[in-house]
Amino acid sequence: SQQVRGMATLRMISIRLKSVKNIQKITQSMKMVSAAKYTKAERELKLARPYGIGAQEFYKKAEVKDEEGEKGQLIIAVSSDRGLCGAVHSSIGRIVKTDIAANPNTKVVIVGDKVRNILQRLYAKNIAMVVTEVGRKPAVFGDAALVAQSIINSGIEFSKGKILFNAFRTVVSFRTTEMPLYSQNAVANASKLPVYDSLDSDVIQSYTEFSLASLLFYSMKENATSEQSSRMTAMDNASKNAGEMIDKLTMTFNRTRQAVITRELIEIISGAAALETKN
Amino acid sequence: MALTRSALRLFSGRFTQACQVRGYADAPSMSLTFAAPSQVLYNNISVKQIDVPSFSGSFGILPAHVPTLAVLKPGVVTVFENDGSTKKFFVSSGTVTINEDSTVQLLAEEAVPVDTLDISAAKELLAQSQSQLASASSEVAKAEAEISIEVSEALVKACE
Repeated sequence: SQQVRGMATLRMISIRLKSVKNIQKITQSMKMVSAAKYTKAERELKLARPYGIGAQEFYKKAEVKDEEGEKGQLIIAVSSDRGLCGAVHSSIGRIVKTDIAANPNTKVVIVGDKVRNILQRLYAKNIAMVVTEVGRKPAVFGDAALVAQSIINSGIEFSKGKILFNAFRTVVSFRTTEMPLYSQNAVANASKLPVYDSLDSDVIQSYTEFSLASLLFYSMKENATSEQSSRMTAMDNASKNAGEMIDKLTMTFNRTRQAVITRELIEIISGAAALETKN
Repeated sequence: MALTRSALRLFSGRFTQACQVRGYADAPSMSLTFAAPSQVLYNNISVKQIDVPSFSGSFGILPAHVPTLAVLKPGVVTVFENDGSTKKFFVSSGTVTINEDSTVQLLAEEAVPVDTLDISAAKELLAQSQSQLASASSEVAKAEAEISIEVSEALVKACE
């Protein structure tokens, strides 16, 4: 029976070995794909950065502050639909949860399925809108414009707002950052607004709508780059871990194989010896 | 001695006044950031003048222009660089911000150099948008066709 068990264990180990080898192949190819997507995303981000930073300048220079009011907070959580990318989605989800706990009158617009899954269980009533089909292809301005238009059309009102996303730092690090969002009232009451000449509410409305789309676009680009670089690192670690498992399993496999052979030899030899002594 | 000192004071007073007047005209050139979502045309580059087409009228921006915000109309943006050269770009839409410190952010949804425009393609686009308007059924479709016509008319004008 020990012999049988030896064979069975051998088969189990070899099945396990084959599956871990397959997983390693998959994670390695995912890493390659992410590396290619990361290069493209980083290149597009570099071109988008002056645009995104430029879009925030007015609010800084005019010293716009959050509206005094009870209309609540709006958080736009920018992420994506696809997983296996490290801490990208969970870091956003964590901050949204702390924010909602601090200020229950918060509405969340979620861009990307993964964050929706994180928030669905306990904070379903705070979710105002969910945007899906995000992350498969690189974002273009039209996508951000579509999301901005939906937010505007939904008539969400807020006193305080922010866009939450993962800003890209280096290939191995990203930082979860927020960009402030200001309502039209907040802009109209900005301390330095009188400095700006000949502004009517039409111009302010068009300006805030366009900058919502611009800021969303910028956050999507930053997030995409962070996501791809994070996925590259995660898949690389997974491949390394799989490699370690393969080494250990191969050792165990060889040792078990040798033990089985040794056992067979012993049985054959002792069987032969028994026959000889009988004769 | 006192005479020379008071004469100097008189002289320096007038001199500084003259300096102040001249100082306004030599305001440090403004810093322009002209970008579209997928390209950077100018990133904090100091330029002499920028002409922009906006819904509140086309205007030229010089250093120390009064701060303002404006929404861009489809048309041509002309940038007069410090070395005297001029560059023209066609923009489809966007916003322009002029701040107190003479920094200008020109954010265009799409911006292309005017010499890359093809007039025949622009005329074709105009014809297409006009037929779109004719066949438009809903308010939204009509508005979209009208926007398309506005852009293509400006494109044709820019090519000429």
